[in-house]
Parts: sequence; C-alpha cells; structure tokens
Amino acid sequence: MSGLWPWLVIFGLGLFHGINPAMGWLFAVALGLQEQKRAAVLRALAPIALGHALSIGVIIAAVLAARVSLPHHALRIGAAAILFAFGFYRLFRSRHPNWVGMRVGFGDLTLWSFIMASAHGAGLMLVPLFLASPTVGDAHHIGSHVTMEQTCALGFANFNAPSLLTASVAVHTLGYLLTTAGIAILVYEKLGVGMLRRAWFNIDLVWMLALMITGAFILLF
Amino acid sequence: MPLLKPDPTFYPSPRLAMQAPPEKYAFVAALNPPGSKLNDALLVIDVDPGSRTYGQRVGEVKMPEFGDELHHFGWNACSSALCPYAPHPHVERRYLVVPGLRSSRIHIIDTKPNPRKPKIVKVIEPEEVFARANYSRPHTIHCGPEGIYVSALGAPNGDGPGGIFMLDCETFEILGQWEMNRGPQFLHYDFWWHLGFDTLLSSEWGTPNMIENGVQTDLLLGSKYGHQIHVWDLRRRRHLQALDLGNEQQMVLEMRPAHDPTKAYGFVGVVVSLKDLSASVWLWHRNNGAWDLKKVIEIPAEPADPEKLPPLLKDFKAVPPLVTDIDLSLDDKFLYVSCWGTGEMLQYDVSDPFNPKKSGSVRIGGIINRTPHPKKPNQPLAGGPQMVEVSRDGKRVYFTNSLYAAWDEQFYPDGVDSWMVKLDAGRDGGVTFDENFFLESSDYRVHQVRLEGGDSSSDSFCFP
Repeated sequence: MSGLWPWLVIFGLGLFHGINPAMGWLFAVALGLQEQKRAAVLRALAPIALGHALSIGVIIAAVLAARVSLPHHALRIGAAAILFAFGFYRLFRSRHPNWVGMRVGFGDLTLWSFIMASAHGAGLMLVPLFLASPTVGDAHHIGSHVTMEQTCALGFANFNAPSLLTASVAVHTLGYLLTTAGIAILVYEKLGVGMLRRAWFNIDLVWMLALMITGAFILLF
Repeated sequence: MPLLKPDPTFYPSPRLAMQAPPEKYAFVAALNPPGSKLNDALLVIDVDPGSRTYGQRVGEVKMPEFGDELHHFGWNACSSALCPYAPHPHVERRYLVVPGLRSSRIHIIDTKPNPRKPKIVKVIEPEEVFARANYSRPHTIHCGPEGIYVSALGAPNGDGPGGIFMLDCETFEILGQWEMNRGPQFLHYDFWWHLGFDTLLSSEWGTPNMIENGVQTDLLLGSKYGHQIHVWDLRRRRHLQALDLGNEQQMVLEMRPAHDPTKAYGFVGVVVSLKDLSASVWLWHRNNGAWDLKKVIEIPAEPADPEKLPPLLKDFKAVPPLVTDIDLSLDDKFLYVSCWGTGEMLQYDVSDPFNPKKSGSVRIGGIINRTPHPKKPNQPLAGGPQMVEVSRDGKRVYFTNSLYAAWDEQFYPDGVDSWMVKLDAGRDGGVTFDENFFLESSDYRVHQVRLEGGDSSSDSFCFP
C-alpha cells in the first residue's frame, strides 16, 4: 500500500495547483464570459492543462537527469537551496508575469499556462519526490526509520526514468485538470465572478511558504 | 505588503462595481491661476451628505515646487488587477499618480491611512521623465494590465510625437515608452482600451508648442490641431489603424470606451468644427474586424452679440459649445457631455450607442449666459462645465469649471473663478443640481475629480 503514497501526493499537488485562480480556471471563465459560450470555457482547458504539464515535466525531467550525474547529497542540498530561494524571492517580490491579452488561441494559452506554472514554481513543489534513486529504496528493508525519499523510491521502483516522467506528469495533470475544470464550470455556471471579491485569498503567499517548507523538508527528512 | 484578500475596491465587472458603497471623499486637482504665487495642490472634498462638512474642502496637500499645472491624475491600481491573464489582486488601491502638465513633474500621493491627510511619498523629477521616457507633459493616468500607463503630450523639447509611457505599479519607476511601432501617429492626448479585444485607442490634441501659449488661431483655422483617433494592438504595442474625423473637426479629446469588455464601441468628444463652430461626439465601433467611426451627437453653436464675445470669437458672432470632456456611466447607459463654451452639461441615453437620446441637461456658467448656481442665484459664474466624473453607482455627477490655464482667459477674459458642483441623476435619466453642493474656490482653479474607491473613468474590467 505504501507504494501508492507518492502517487497520491503527486495527484494531490495537482489538485492544489488547480485551485489557484492564477493557474488557469479564471482565464477559462473569462474566455467563456467574453464569448458568452460555455464551449469557450471547455475549449480553454486542454491548452491550459498542456502548458501546466510541460512546465512540471521540464522540472521533473531535470531532476531525473541530475540524479544520474550528481552525488545524492549534492542533489538534495542543491534542490533545497533552489526551492527555498525561489519561495523567499517570490514572497517578497510578487511581480506578476507580464502577459497582456484576452484574444488567445491554443498556442497562446499553452504558452501562458506554461509561463504561469513556471513563474509560480509549480514543478519545484514536486522535486522532493524524485530525489532518491530507485536503489535507495532497498534501504527500506534494513532500517526501521523510513524516510520520505525511501517511500517514494519504493513507489517508483518499477519505473525507468522515461516512464516515471510520463506517469508522474500524467497523474499530476489529471489532478490539476480536475480542479481547474471543476472550479471553472462551477464559477461560470453557478457562482459568478463576484465570488472573487470574497474568496480570492492570497494563495500565492501560502504557495511560496509551501515551497520554502518543502525545501526545508528535503534537508530534514 | 500584499493583502490577504483582494482590495475591496476591486470589482470583476462594471455591473458589480455599480453596487459599490457611495464615495465619501473626492480628490480634486487644483492649479494656481495666472499671476498667483501659490503652488498647486491636491484638494480633498467631503462628499458624504451625512457629514457636517459636506461639500467643503477638508484636506489639501501642496506640491513641493511652483508651476506644475496639475490636470489629470489616477490610481496606482484598480479593478484590472483582477484580469485573469496577469492577476495580482492583492495590491492596494492607495496611491494617486498626479502629474504636472506644464512642469512634467510626477507626484505619488498616499491617500491612506487618513484620506483627509494625503502625503506625497515620491516625486519623479521632469529630467527623469525626459531621460527615461523621452516624453514630456504627462497627462492622463490609467491603471492597466502591465502597470500604470501615462499619456504625454509631446517630446522633451515641446514638439511631437506625444505618446504613452509606463510606470511600475509598485516602485513607480519609469519603465520607458509603451509604443513598439507608432506608425503615422504624431499628435496625442487621451487613450483608453477595450481589454476584451486587446485594443487601445488614442486621440489627438496638439504638441506642447501648439498649446502652451494659448490656442493659436492660425493653427486652428489651418486644421493643424488633432482630428484623428488611432487604434493600437494593446498586446503587441503596435499601431493598427488611423481613423480620420475630417480636417474641420479640431481637437479630439476624451475617450470613453464601453466599460463592458464584451462591447467593442466607445465615444470620443470633439471640441469644435471649423465649419459651423459646432461640437460633436463620435462613436467608434468594430465593423467586420476593423474599426469604424460615426458622428452620433452634434451640438450647434449658439448665436451671440459680438459685443459680448471675447476677441477670439467676435468675428464668428456665435458661442461654440466647446465639448471638452465626456464621461460614461458604468452601465454604459448614460453619457455626460460638458459644453464649456455655452455653459451646459448634457446627459444622453446611449443604451443604443448609434442613436443617443438627450435625457437631461443643466445650465451653469458659459461665455455669454454666466448662469448662476441655485445656491447663489444672483451670482453670475465664469467658466463652464468641464471635467466631469460620475460615481460608480451612476447616481451622482461631479464637475468643475476650468480648462487649461493658458486657454481659460482667451474664452473668459475676466478670469475663471473656480467652482465645483454636483448633480443628482435619476435612474431613468434626468439631472438636477444638488443645491447644497456648491464649492467655490478663489485661490485655485479646480480641474479633474477622482472619487474615493474609484469612479466611472478610473477602472477597467476583464469580466462583463
């Protein structure tokens, strides 16, 4: 059962990313309202999900590649430093990406979603799950203390790097798409954008704190 | 510091913004009349009818240097921060960006924590505007998707081209010129946009050298002042199309696009036609992917005894209406048109933008009429309805009477003692004076009005 655990985390982080209005559902709603068609909301979902998938895919691929060439402890310290620094920087300098434009096609929306996910460090949040090489998982049978990395390594034991990349991007994006689509349709059909005034708490703050905590987590556990 | 929830004055749509609570304060640009030794100021006016100081000046912040000529100004952030493609709703609407039209100095004024005591927190000196934007004479301010947009009438040497430059909405650093490709555009005045169509529009007055010594009759009669509007790609910052109103239409000023981002039309006012001294309002609209123009309102000149006319107008034997400002209510239903020459504020029902219907009017001031305010029915007034601002709910209309220091005396040779008044607007049209609101000001000339929390020309929206 513990082999399922890392997959649930990847899926759960997808759900979490989808909640953020800056990650896509709000844009889908706006395009629907602009054209006054629900079809426009639905049409926006595929490119938005694709851009997000590409953004986190690039980060996961980079980690999988780095762990082949870098010593494990160097990888851990490097990853922790990047996460912490990114979260810290974004916490105090919350500049939004410069994007202007409501008249967007498939390519525009994909690029936009890629930029937004990358600028928020969406992929970085997944980094700790991929730090350990599969062989580290064997340690699980020896010691009584099971680290997060070992659990992940166990869950990913049956995957080689390309299939692990594909599967984790797919699982994450599925979670992301579920909340993005769900909230977009709910807001478009029922709630209306007036709820933004009450419900749009500063998720970026939580998000950046999460990145910093994740960075600390890598070193401590 | 970022907020935890969106600034409460941000609304996703104009429809929702109309439900905003009534404003309690108005901020008014005040400039010194010719000959005065006063520095310009930003005034705070109490507009809360329940207050003991209703209709009075309750605060004032003086500019640090002499001779700015404060004119138009705007907020650091507004409802466009909720736009889905670059959302940053946790900034505060708090700072007023207040340029001096003559000095090219820009003041950043903090209206919190106490709106009665605004404070200057940053001054951008003219040299910095010249060096970093290669523009001068900053004018209209709009908060928008990429930060703060500032229009500028000309180049540092007072010639053209005029255009738009950008300010960072947090640091107020000048980021440089907005245009990537300006095409044939040279003259500049106002600008605004259709966020739903990634389109910016700009209008034309004249270069600083053409206006700073008064209206020049040779330029005017030679059709040298602006008579076009320009359509731009807001996203790529490129000129797309120039629309010409005709040589005889002189000075195309305030632009009021529909607030609803799904509607692709708007109104622009023209000061005077050389043909018959009439003024007009034109509708721009999208037609098969391109933009088109149509004159939808024409206001005729009023015949007058040449003896009573200022030298500039004697030969014409008529008072031109001189439409110098217009404003559109947030529901895109009522258009207010200031006739600074004849002294009339007109209200049109523009539910059908192609066929405006006159729905209300009041008279006050005017070159010939000098109509008094009902609170002081025996006191003739100089100047006429000019900068007009409509409350978000559409129920209150504020306006002031001065135009531009170098031009005021040409039309009102005995001077423009300044005043600000308020109208109450009916739900289905019609306007009446609020008899308790008549703010006279002999030390300053009052100009643009901004309302606390936003008004009908301060915010733009990405949701219908």
